[in-house]
Amino acid sequence: MQKESSNTIKKPLSDLQKKLLNDFQHGLPLTPTPYLDIAKELGVTEDEVLNALTELQESKMVSRVGAVFRPNRIGVSTLAAMSVPSERINEVAAIVNAYPQVNHNYEREHVFNMWFVITASDNDQLDSVLKDMELKTGLSPMSLPMVEDYHIDLGFPLQWGEESA
Amino acid sequence: MIPQGQERALIAEIQKGLPLVSHPYAAIADRIGMSESQVIQKVNDLQDGGAIKRMGVVVRHHELGYRSNAMVVWDAPDAQIKELGSCFSQFEFITLCYQRPRRLPQWRYNLFCMIHGQDRESVLDNLQQMSQACDVEALPHEVLFSCRRFKQRGALYVYDADSKQSQQSKEPIEL
Repeated sequence: MQKESSNTIKKPLSDLQKKLLNDFQHGLPLTPTPYLDIAKELGVTEDEVLNALTELQESKMVSRVGAVFRPNRIGVSTLAAMSVPSERINEVAAIVNAYPQVNHNYEREHVFNMWFVITASDNDQLDSVLKDMELKTGLSPMSLPMVEDYHIDLGFPLQWGEESA
Repeated sequence: MIPQGQERALIAEIQKGLPLVSHPYAAIADRIGMSESQVIQKVNDLQDGGAIKRMGVVVRHHELGYRSNAMVVWDAPDAQIKELGSCFSQFEFITLCYQRPRRLPQWRYNLFCMIHGQDRESVLDNLQQMSQACDVEALPHEVLFSCRRFKQRGALYVYDADSKQSQQSKEPIEL
């Protein structure tokens, strides 16, 4: 099992990496050379930007540089919850994670203790994933599709304490 | 909307992330048989039309020291839910805020927020600050802290037939 220590920060973040993490979560330049444009803005070279981002991706602090899609505009998605007996939690997590349509899956402190997001190209595919899960686990997922999104996503402000610096 | 053809191929590429090369849009264009300027125009259109919320660096909170996350759920009166959703969304520690359907009798909550913090105390402090500011302390609610992350990656709205993405993160990661 992968422990959290394997993902922790191995060397301190550079000032450039901190700026890239905090100031470029939105508004990536839509130009032929976005990394060069960022470099010019920060007064560094394009290679420095590319190397810093590559390192952040390799250390898993950055999942990708790219688009965050609004739910239910392209394809459909839902948040599903299951109430899983504690002795079955790893077995059921493995079944749920095996679907390529599942992108987040968390254990949470509640009677409904497993929460996961399913994305699919249409409602038929979404329903068939939910039905198939029920068949394979013997547990019934409660589906809670988004009705309204109130959040304007500009990314998440990071604070550099001693722990993460 | 179910994208087809080149649009589908383009979305498949940008949901994986841009390549870290000097001309990332040209690299994508080469793979899917479009020109660089067509790719940029299409991404621009998706952003203007609201399908893309943002383009940029997508961080992983846990790896950056934000080890604690709580999903906070409220049973909000239907007439007030929009106002409350907007009030919650002003706080920068909120990373998601959605209305979802109730599933009575087992699930009464219709307003969901995600709060990320470096530890449990800071998440609870933030929740208290927000609850006071939006005057929701009396509303029925529950705080669902995460214990373990079983899987996390970007959403895939379209799939390659031989996608290997599902092979990622099979092992549970302790939070």
